Amino acid sequence: MNLAIINKQDVPVFVRNLLKVYRVAGPVETDGHFAFKTIRDPADLRLDYPTTILPPKKFLLPQKETLFEFDNAQEFQIKPPRPEPRTVLLGVHTCDLHAIRLLDKVFDAGHSDPNYNNRRRQTLIVSVECLSPCDEHSFCKSMGTLSADEGYDLHFTDIGDSYAIDVGTSSGQKLLDHAPVRKATPDDIQKLNSILSEKWPRFPYRLDFDVSDLPSLLSMSMQSPLWNELGERCLACASCTNVCPTCFCFDVSDEIGFDMKQGRRTRVWDSCQLDEFATVAGGHNFRKSRALRQRHRFMRKGKYILETHQFLGCVGCGRCARACLVDITPVKVFNELYHKKEVGGQP
Amino acid sequence: MIATNEKSLAKYAESENHLFMPVVARIKSVVQLTALEKVFTIQLPQGMSLDHRPGQFVEVSMLGTGEAPISISSSPSRSNGTFELCVRKVGDVTQAIHRLQPGDMLGVRGPFGHGFPYEKFRGKDILFAPGGLGLAPLRSLINQVLDERALYGRVIILYGARNPSELLFKDELELWSKREDVELMVTVDRGDESWKGHTGVITTLFRDVSVNPRNTIAITCGPPVMYKFVLMELQGKGILEGNIYLSLERKMKCGIGKCGHCQINNVYACQSGPVFSYRDIKGMEEAL
Repeated sequence: MNLAIINKQDVPVFVRNLLKVYRVAGPVETDGHFAFKTIRDPADLRLDYPTTILPPKKFLLPQKETLFEFDNAQEFQIKPPRPEPRTVLLGVHTCDLHAIRLLDKVFDAGHSDPNYNNRRRQTLIVSVECLSPCDEHSFCKSMGTLSADEGYDLHFTDIGDSYAIDVGTSSGQKLLDHAPVRKATPDDIQKLNSILSEKWPRFPYRLDFDVSDLPSLLSMSMQSPLWNELGERCLACASCTNVCPTCFCFDVSDEIGFDMKQGRRTRVWDSCQLDEFATVAGGHNFRKSRALRQRHRFMRKGKYILETHQFLGCVGCGRCARACLVDITPVKVFNELYHKKEVGGQP
Repeated sequence: MIATNEKSLAKYAESENHLFMPVVARIKSVVQLTALEKVFTIQLPQGMSLDHRPGQFVEVSMLGTGEAPISISSSPSRSNGTFELCVRKVGDVTQAIHRLQPGDMLGVRGPFGHGFPYEKFRGKDILFAPGGLGLAPLRSLINQVLDERALYGRVIILYGARNPSELLFKDELELWSKREDVELMVTVDRGDESWKGHTGVITTLFRDVSVNPRNTIAITCGPPVMYKFVLMELQGKGILEGNIYLSLERKMKCGIGKCGHCQINNVYACQSGPVFSYRDIKGMEEAL
């Protein structure tokens, strides 16, 4: 392990140096919550944040982005989007890091997505080790995302007065040229090891079964009565998918100026929970009921995405549980399916 | 923005990293088929070819209105540098397409998805069962098969539409009905004064057809409500699940397996379909 040490008081120096070269984004406090924002003043960065409303995904897959610009006055002239700025994402928790690894896989698989990949190639990730649960909704330990050994360029762990920095990539190593760091001493390493081993008991397992059994549990659950119960409660507001770090479905739509000539084609986050998500032009809706849409959501998270991309589609960040107005949460849904199966033989 | 060497549209988009950017194509001709459907013959830029398979689709762009997935209606055997789309006026984009005249431009991406594996059908009898607009994608395969007619056994076409005025490609139906090597039967749900043909839903045509189930490939495409009943007829004739092919309609925003709208369980219809064998989707919830 290539380990460096930065004093906490030197982090703003590091950020200030980064700002000369990169767009820097990280968690900042805003109205009593935390959000990933573009950092202008290094003092705003809060590496000790519990969780954010939206995941850092928005810097790789923005809520709305331009696919191309067009000008109908110029005989269908089409221009590619403007290049993205080089960006450093600071303070990414490991749940979100796992989610980004999934997004990388999704957007690179098959037809590689040019927009996502261009942006991803311009982005460096500095993640942070979580040392205590962010709140009662997170279930990262159950989902196996409480730590990460890849996916980051640099990884910070709070060891008291300083951060221990694990260098993940050569780009990360170069990033340290901007940081006042020193080599780790045996004392630092000892401190890091004890902090890392002490953190695990602080996090509860919240699934009542091993997550490796989740795909097979869901395979048995297509006809579960639970989906209808969820459908009765669900408001189809799409808050769950809007805050999810692994949701990547999008709509494509055009915007055009009042002159009806110049405009742009955009892609915008979409949600499988919305009524018209699977409705074709003739009006037929292939997932008409909220029950079917909730089933689709949870099947994607625990089964479909795994089958297609070899990553679980849920990282246990708990954002959807916090956002849901009617208390539909992955932990409760997965546990209930498990207990239905244990008691009645059928989920 | 256009390459000069002869290149397929898909390869061009991939090599230029322009998967979301349509290529500008030109309307060569427009034929009004019914009150709602027109056929557009489309010319890609010089040196570019669509290189499609029957059953594939393209995303058609009307800049400022949006994009819509449209199945390709012409066969590769008759490509000649152009391709045909049969477009029903049913949404914003298709309404905008309907306003186009010869010489006008539109954007094209694709072709997307898997087409029909028709090379595997050679030597076999083929039963086509299109319903309504389902004839549009199947026409691509029908004409491919007719252009290499000697390679196949019987060609049976059972076509149903709601009423005589909604029958598509009437000229071609006329041609097919005159061919001795094509068994064509047409029905309408409701006839009118001038209609002298068969009346009844598409499944009523199956009674009068006998097939060798072990040597027959069945291909169907139509409105979602039709599949259940057509599948019952096909299986009632003993045609094997793996020999029944369906082309499924879904909302498709990207065509490259990302946007999620066309997802059926863990399958993206735009990539793994829109053509599926019944065997592949039989156990899949939400497919039919």
